[in-house]
Amino acid sequence: MATATAEPRSLPATGADGHKHKKNALSDGQGRLAWILLAPTLIIIAVVAGIPVILSFWESFHQTNSGVDPTTGLVAGGSKFVGLQNFTDIFAGANPVTGSYGTMDRFWNAFLNTTFITIVCVLLETVIGVAMALIMAKAFRGRGLVRAGILVPWAIPTIVSALMWKLIFDSSGIMNRILGREILWLADSGASFWAIVIADTWKTAPFIGLLTLAGLQTIPAEVYEAAKVDGATTWQQFVRITLPMVKPALVVAVLFRTLDTLRMFDLPYGMIGAGKYRVETLSVFAYQEASQSRYGPAAAYAIVLFLYVLLVAFLFVRVLGAEVIGDADVQKKKKKKGERPPEEARVEAVMGEAIGGAH
Amino acid sequence: MTFVRPARRVLIAAASMSALFVAAACGGGGGGGAPAGGGSSAAAADFTKQGDTEFWAGKDTSGNTQNLIDQFNAQHPNGKVTFHELPDNADQQRQQMVQNAQIKNAKMGVVSMDVVWTAEFAAKGIVEAMPPDVSTAGMLKPTVDAATYFNKLYGLPSTSDGGLLYYRKDLLDKYGLKPPTTFDEMKAACDKITAGEKDSKLGCFAGQYNKYEGLTVNFDEAVHGAGGVIVGDDGKPNVATPEATKGLSTLVDWFKDGHIPKAAITWQEENGRTAFQHGELIFHRNWGYVYNHAASDKDSTIKGKFDVAPLPGITGPGVSSLGGHTFAIAKYAENKGTALDFLKYVSSPEAQKSNTLATSNSPVLESLYSDPDLIKKFPFMPIQLKSIQTAKPRPKAVEYGDVTLAIQDAAYGALQGQTQPDAALQALQAKLQTLIK
Repeated sequence: MATATAEPRSLPATGADGHKHKKNALSDGQGRLAWILLAPTLIIIAVVAGIPVILSFWESFHQTNSGVDPTTGLVAGGSKFVGLQNFTDIFAGANPVTGSYGTMDRFWNAFLNTTFITIVCVLLETVIGVAMALIMAKAFRGRGLVRAGILVPWAIPTIVSALMWKLIFDSSGIMNRILGREILWLADSGASFWAIVIADTWKTAPFIGLLTLAGLQTIPAEVYEAAKVDGATTWQQFVRITLPMVKPALVVAVLFRTLDTLRMFDLPYGMIGAGKYRVETLSVFAYQEASQSRYGPAAAYAIVLFLYVLLVAFLFVRVLGAEVIGDADVQKKKKKKGERPPEEARVEAVMGEAIGGAH
Repeated sequence: MTFVRPARRVLIAAASMSALFVAAACGGGGGGGAPAGGGSSAAAADFTKQGDTEFWAGKDTSGNTQNLIDQFNAQHPNGKVTFHELPDNADQQRQQMVQNAQIKNAKMGVVSMDVVWTAEFAAKGIVEAMPPDVSTAGMLKPTVDAATYFNKLYGLPSTSDGGLLYYRKDLLDKYGLKPPTTFDEMKAACDKITAGEKDSKLGCFAGQYNKYEGLTVNFDEAVHGAGGVIVGDDGKPNVATPEATKGLSTLVDWFKDGHIPKAAITWQEENGRTAFQHGELIFHRNWGYVYNHAASDKDSTIKGKFDVAPLPGITGPGVSSLGGHTFAIAKYAENKGTALDFLKYVSSPEAQKSNTLATSNSPVLESLYSDPDLIKKFPFMPIQLKSIQTAKPRPKAVEYGDVTLAIQDAAYGALQGQTQPDAALQALQAKLQTLIK
């Protein structure tokens, strides 16, 4: 630090000893300028992301006072510190509800809903999205129109599409007329789950399609030509050429969708309604708790969801991401040099990127 | 190699970004840990300070709220009222009021409370108790009771509402039937009419049975109409009774044998109103606002073919759940004098009358129910009066949101056939005992 303050005006070193500068970046006279230039961004990130997250953590250790004075009927108000009680209460099972998976605590019911909706939705969206991308990538008359048409659902705000699908899934709505039977999609039944899946797939398959299309366009045509000369079938071309080469883009798209679907709120809340346990996701549950002035538990649930999302993201990076960089060269080099960071450092890296990547 | 690092970074960044948004989004809702400020230690409120203030209420679909505010401002130079319009959705209105009480918004002056929020708003110090000189003379007793908490008046009733039985007069006349007073009579009338009409689309009866506040209203009416109670006179829950079971199981049976259409499990007010207006129901339980729609909407196929009767009971007389709104003064309002003047102004007979004519919301002053102008426009006013006078309130509870959800859980499960009515009510009783003490 002393050198940094003592020689702020020292001329920038020439490139000759650039190696030295890398080791001591803070003292080359540019560190301060870098900080100044970065400061606005850092401040904005701290205000819009950092502080709310910290407050949310802080809130999760508190409970609102709810005792009613028996003579005046008034609530004392304020909140008290309860440590980890909001988190341990999740396992106490004090609030059993009956959903699709039998009677269990409302939190775990929401947790399972979130998980299963995510798995089913993302699987369907990936398959349909890739199919859309393959269609969009082909050169044919009216391609622009098809591309635009496929992207329309993605452009509609989710809450609007939720209300739109609510009309479609109404007991006397279009869906039932097409099917010719009376399915009560909006009645908190097994069908409600599929109503969510259909509406979500409709809306976000184009997203996967779009990112996959970008990946498809980077595949050189010669590869296919060579495959054709070698007599590869269309299926072989798809499995051996298209999929492997589009994978980096596809993995990112699927990851985005997974994380987004885990936080799903608008569709169940806007289309099926609050308090419908067969489709209540963790986000909806946390919101409901907050609207009952139970901010502490709500924050705790949100943080559990946050950790869950982080875990899934981490697994994605480890399992699928590892294959993205999965050429043996890199792995060997790392092993030789012993540069492979320990697990904790990796988690920290992810956490660090969390703040850097937010905006 | 150069390709590898960025790809990995994108993945990590994408993952982290999504994860972060979860926590940040919830931090917004949960972060406001400011104490709600209980009223136990509060000094007496100052109801003299004049100055500009705001009136907080849901969407003004008729435009009459602004009229009333303009009239008030014209004759009140010391402080003007401006209209702070909230969303149409009651839950969102409540949430905004609760949040603005937490940040002690001094501009929030007069708030329009739903009748079921009184206990929560009073207990949590969101609204101020009325000064002793505020008079409720001439107001309907159930509406005043709904604005009272622990023997203190927390606002002035502004509108009221009771459930009504809409019925197809043309069909009942055709088969020589009178409006039913009990569910058994209603069933007999339906069977006679459907046997004669042979119209597969014509259903018998429906109320509001989707899982939302309307289900609580309809469940309460069924229980009360069978002679049961949700909360007894002693303030203790008493819902696991044969009477209450009879009420709930009647609705369950009607769903099972099709006298209530299966689709009604997804209906709110508007779905039922649409079905009735399209001639798909013989009987329909709904609020007063339906009358104007059914009588004058373009797509109404039953203009001049319907009428209104008191709600039928199950074993006893029909009992409505009480609806309506109360105007109260926010605890942290700066200019409570102006707020109080405005409150008194909108409770005046003239303001009440103009509001009823414009919105078709029922007034709270008993004298207006015999007003010739109002009766001319709303011929069902005398029936509405009786409905409100005999109406029972929904349970009063500080955590009303939990109470109504518990009721909805029990009723919805039973109506869907997942639980037996008596088991559902026993579970409800156990739950209510923890919520209402």
